[in-house]
Amino acid sequence: MLRVRNVWWIGALAALVLFPLIETNPTYTSIGIFTLIFMGCATSWNMFSGYSGYINLGSAVSYGVGAYTLTLLADHLHVPGNGDLFWLIPVGGFAAMIVAVPVGLVALRVRRHTFVVITIAIFFVFQLSATNFSFTGGTSGLQLPLIPWLETNYNKPFYYAALAITVFAALLSFAVRRSRFGLQLLAIRDDEDRAAGLGVKVFAVKLTGFTMSAFAVGMGGALYAVFLGQIYPQFVFDPIFDISIALMSIFGGLGTLTGPLLGALVLESMQQYLTIRFSNGSLYLIIFGALFLIVVLFMPQGIVVYLSDWRSRRSARRAEGARVVVGEAS
Amino acid sequence: MTTLLSVDRISKAFGGLQALNECSLSVEKGSITGLIGPNGSGKTTLFNVITGYEKPDSGSVTFEEADITRVGPSRVFALGVGRTFQITRIFSRITVLENMLVATQRDEGWLRGLTRSKSSKSELAAAMEWLDFVGIDRLASQPAGSLSFGQRKLLELAYVLVADPDVILLDEPAGGVNLTLINEIADKIQSLNKGGKTFLIVEHNMEFVMNLCDRVTVMHQGTDLVSGTPSEIRNDPRVLDAYLGGSDDDDVEEAS
Repeated sequence: MLRVRNVWWIGALAALVLFPLIETNPTYTSIGIFTLIFMGCATSWNMFSGYSGYINLGSAVSYGVGAYTLTLLADHLHVPGNGDLFWLIPVGGFAAMIVAVPVGLVALRVRRHTFVVITIAIFFVFQLSATNFSFTGGTSGLQLPLIPWLETNYNKPFYYAALAITVFAALLSFAVRRSRFGLQLLAIRDDEDRAAGLGVKVFAVKLTGFTMSAFAVGMGGALYAVFLGQIYPQFVFDPIFDISIALMSIFGGLGTLTGPLLGALVLESMQQYLTIRFSNGSLYLIIFGALFLIVVLFMPQGIVVYLSDWRSRRSARRAEGARVVVGEAS
Repeated sequence: MTTLLSVDRISKAFGGLQALNECSLSVEKGSITGLIGPNGSGKTTLFNVITGYEKPDSGSVTFEEADITRVGPSRVFALGVGRTFQITRIFSRITVLENMLVATQRDEGWLRGLTRSKSSKSELAAAMEWLDFVGIDRLASQPAGSLSFGQRKLLELAYVLVADPDVILLDEPAGGVNLTLINEIADKIQSLNKGGKTFLIVEHNMEFVMNLCDRVTVMHQGTDLVSGTPSEIRNDPRVLDAYLGGSDDDDVEEAS
């Protein structure tokens, strides 16, 4: 049987698949690409940080490592400027995972606020390295070979690659949520010491989750590199990225499956649109600020949790009402 | 009777505070052993050392002839030593049933968790059975954070039991609980003990300890002061001294 929830998912996916076929203006399909990259990254980030409560504010490390890995590999392997570059995107994801292991080994030894601070510190180490090493091109960044596609269809492959990353991240997050491993992450969020005392190998579980979540973020960075054709340290190792990913998840609903998808969809598309519409790169910050005030004040657990609570309260009221009616009739 | 769990001359200092000082203890297989002593005498620290939450400075802990002195909490639990906490600790944002499922496989490799679902049929059945045993099965789908204080105590007992440990360490099972529930908890412990479970219980409620336990060890200032049957303990003057903040032997002599 097709349940209502599944109809929603299929409808949303169909809308995302059809979008670039209906809307062919490259300005808007570009917004779609950026939005999907953020949806995938936020979902993947939430799969570890949302479930375990370990708020990682250094996710741009994975993003940047993915972008630089792809660009450097394309250069070394002399990959021509065509669709072959796309095959390197998963390699960028794997590189991000490999880098996440030592980062996790250091950062996951501490908890809560200390963990957050350590991830920020590690992020800046990577940003400074990218800015100062010569193999990364320093501040002038790196170029990728140009892809000579026609402008009218140029965005489509990137759009569908971004959609594939998002679908992958959402399916993985869903699978984790239903697995024993996901339950262990939630137990760690609620009380790590108690979880250890019930046989959960907390460190191994945390490191696995941390590493897994780096994969889709790394692919997002790699795709970003191919799309723009050039990367700069300040854009792929961007502190705003760290914060955006976290805020999108919190905005939609930390630790939920749909929260980060919804949060990134709303916030990133709005940011892109406002930036283009008013040709002002900072206007969105004011609106973001207002939106966050509203969410934090009135729905502190995020939009998704707020809506589902509201729905269950409503159905409870209805059931209550039905009982009253039955009571009067008898 | 054979010794299931034994603690041999454990010492542990926190900075200048000697929390445990050559403390020894043994728990016979199939017994209910009580551990009493004034506040700050080191009972909970001893629990933490046994279950791997604290590493002792010296001494050893042996469980079923295996040395578990410096083994971490998840491994100690996997070997078969379960515990509850003085301040009840549950996973408040997942459901009561999910709380149970966290503990159902006490010794499963961490990679296995990735490839399997949250629960199997037999695990679900076991979880519901133990929830039923402590009487909170109707709350299975509620978030654990919505439970009352007493229900949390019962849940904590249930999820330690579901993993089927050989010995269970209870830290103040009757603390802050009403009289009806105290009796209920005592009944549960007794019936589990008849089924072969071994218990080590820290408790301030003397009636509870004296009625339930086969043997009692009294701790004072980080060391084991005296061990014996409840009636021996009741009549031992050293125990009274420890509790009443008593004095050195000289003072007693001077007074008399």
